[in-house]
Amino acid sequence: MPHDDHDHPHALLPPEPALRVRALETVLIRKGLIDPAALDEIIDTYQNKIGPQNGAHVIAKAWTDPEFKQALLEDATSVVAELGYHGRQGEHIVVAENTPEQHNMVVCTLCSCYPWPLLGIPPGWYKSDAYRARAVREPRKVLSEFGVTLPVETAVRVWDSTAEIRYLVLPIRPEGSEGLNEEELAALVTRDSMIGTGMPRVPS
Amino acid sequence: MTRVHDMGGRFGDGAVTPEPVDAPVFQHDWHARALAVTLAAGSLGQWNIDISRHAREKLSPKDYTRFSYYEKWISALADLLVESGVLTENDLKNVEEAGEHPLADRKLKAEAVAKVLASGGPADRPSDIPFAFDVGQAVLTTRPAANRLVDGGHTRLPAYAAGAKGRVLMVHGTHVLPDSSAHRLGDAPEPLYAVAFPAAELWADPEHPKDEVVLDLWQSYLEPA
Repeated sequence: MPHDDHDHPHALLPPEPALRVRALETVLIRKGLIDPAALDEIIDTYQNKIGPQNGAHVIAKAWTDPEFKQALLEDATSVVAELGYHGRQGEHIVVAENTPEQHNMVVCTLCSCYPWPLLGIPPGWYKSDAYRARAVREPRKVLSEFGVTLPVETAVRVWDSTAEIRYLVLPIRPEGSEGLNEEELAALVTRDSMIGTGMPRVPS
Repeated sequence: MTRVHDMGGRFGDGAVTPEPVDAPVFQHDWHARALAVTLAAGSLGQWNIDISRHAREKLSPKDYTRFSYYEKWISALADLLVESGVLTENDLKNVEEAGEHPLADRKLKAEAVAKVLASGGPADRPSDIPFAFDVGQAVLTTRPAANRLVDGGHTRLPAYAAGAKGRVLMVHGTHVLPDSSAHRLGDAPEPLYAVAFPAAELWADPEHPKDEVVLDLWQSYLEPA
């Protein structure tokens, strides 16, 4: 059936990417199919409103509230929804907890699946061929490119996001963070630590 | 039977280049526009997420490889708009000439954006198909990794995990089957599982004896081991 390997209509648009986007945007606006104000609203949402600060809030709460953490590990989707984090590319959430025995790391080898309501739009490297190709086969080498070295006894579990389940890593609470409140803890949680390619900041 | 997007485990891509934490969300203005146009056009309701993923995957291997991320999005969107009958090739050739479209009343309005993004599109559906596997059970993935409904069609079993033995880690409920949904053949919901595979089951030279890769796999991708 799919006679899809030639005659792609996109070739009718200008090849330069910015012009290609502009051309498609123009035709859709002229036909009344998209609203320029809606485009601005979408961009504002992902540029300014939704980002890793959402996930960091969840992680800091899990570090301070054992009951919350338990509920999060059992049914993250409803627990984070109660905090207001739900929607597109975060319809089904699972949280994977790091331990001294097991480090978790998330990838999408087939495309770029990522928990948008908790982390926002994925960074360029997450969508790169190098990360998609290598994270599943040589996670430690990839981690070393992020400056992360794991203890020899720690196993790595890589989650390849092949369905609509989105994964968030719960990092180990850093040493020296004992007296900190939730807000101070959230400031230690980096985006990469929730993907599994980084560690939380250590309090100064 | 595989396509260019199915790159898990591939050699030769070089180092990953992390970005500074304060790197902008969108590197260029047109990246943001490409994302927004794609999301807004999706709201017309003429395709689902599986159809749009497949549209990116079936870019020619040459295009897929040379296009940057958002070039794939915008080019696949143009293809999808024509394929689904929303636009004609002539519309793409004469972008300034367009008049009002029959689907214009479905246009996503600025005031509806927050609600649409916050509701998303859950993929779980009721299904009559009984669960064949329990947590802890050993399973074997089908081989080759291929869509069994449409030759060369969309599937979410990566080639690197075909014919591999793993164990069920989680039962996720019953979800839309992309192999069907991507080709407008219906949701065909069936049980979905997280399945853990020892790295040694997948790679010739695993980094660590206890490493694992977990994939979310539909029941029809699996058989008892």
